[in-house]
Amino acid sequence: MISGLAVEDLAIRRGERLLFEHLSFAAEAGEAVALVGRNGAGKTSLLRAVAGLLRPAAGTVRFGGALDIDEARAADLHLIGHHDGLKGGRTAREELAFAARWCGAGDAGLARAAEALDLGRLLDLEVRKLSAGQRRRLALARLVAAPRTLWLLDEPLAPLDSVWRERIGSLIADHLAGGGMLLAAVHDPLPVPARAVEIGA
Amino acid sequence: MSPLLVLLRRELALAWGRGGGPLPALAFYAGVTTLLPLAIGPEPERLAVIAPGIAWLALALASLLSLERMFERDFEDGALDLLALGGPGLEAICAVKALAQWLATGLPLAFAAPVAALMLGAPVALAPTVLLCALVGGLAFAFVGGLGAALTLGSRRGGVLIAVIVLPLFAPPVIFGGGALSQAASGIGGTSGLLLLCGWAAAAVALSPLAMAAACRNALD
Repeated sequence: MISGLAVEDLAIRRGERLLFEHLSFAAEAGEAVALVGRNGAGKTSLLRAVAGLLRPAAGTVRFGGALDIDEARAADLHLIGHHDGLKGGRTAREELAFAARWCGAGDAGLARAAEALDLGRLLDLEVRKLSAGQRRRLALARLVAAPRTLWLLDEPLAPLDSVWRERIGSLIADHLAGGGMLLAAVHDPLPVPARAVEIGA
Repeated sequence: MSPLLVLLRRELALAWGRGGGPLPALAFYAGVTTLLPLAIGPEPERLAVIAPGIAWLALALASLLSLERMFERDFEDGALDLLALGGPGLEAICAVKALAQWLATGLPLAFAAPVAALMLGAPVALAPTVLLCALVGGLAFAFVGGLGAALTLGSRRGGVLIAVIVLPLFAPPVIFGGGALSQAASGIGGTSGLLLLCGWAAAAVALSPLAMAAACRNALD
């Protein structure tokens, strides 16, 4: 289990460009952190660095808890960005089943996710026939299907309508109330109380 | 179900879903093995001598065809992020992807190879050796080809680049397989060539996932 997140003196470089340096913040169980900053400031890169996909130029990312950092990443975090990994030519059911099973969810988790995000009607459609908002709901369903502590979300609410922003908001609130953590790159304020961390200020 | 099994089933479903599975590679294979005799001339004696070699080389070329899709699609739509974050580790993921590549195209091609060789006039006694070479060689082609596919991730015109990277690496198995076939044709048994081919395939299966995973990590960074 991940019991906390500490980012210390982090610097990220993309090619020749230094996106930011000396970034430090920490979060504990039940906390949400909103990463804000202009376009291209490095919010997405920071999320990928926390997930371990991107090597930071300097600094460290640490998780509290007993697990070693690679195990913690593999077993206890979700990363969902605008590249949602869904294949346009496959049905929503196949894609949800794959993403959820890959994260270790069983049939019960799948059913729970389909219900929580109201996907029932959409599951037999091909992913490319879904609207941007429906597609985002399908991607977010992974969060419910396979419960994990740390959610790394990149603009999770951007394509959603006001009803769904509220419902995802309550999903996030439940997650935080259950001891989960959220690190989200956002432009609009999150629907839950969150500490703002400015990137590239 | 184990995540790697889930992945294998998805890879096979994807290969069959949009790309038509092995059909394009098989059609290409049929095309090459039909065109070559047209270029060389119709004399049955001459064709019978080179038939196993043609069937074998065309197989190496046909196995290049669908390599580009192996990692590129998952890289572009973000699925590779999801895979890389999963528990099994990128090395195992790459091995499963290469295995799926073999199952989806290499295996059907391997069964087409003896048919092509016989069609061109090779003696029937050679068919088992052609099949064995194609089965083992196809596995090596899939794993080495996967290495090329992983190395060209994110580059434009990756397909051509894959061929340029991979073809030199195909040289040893093509030589070993060709040796096995000519030994079998001259009646001294093809065992030593086949064993060399098996050894090369074993090395490719064992080592290339490490390199594929490193290349994927580099592309994701």
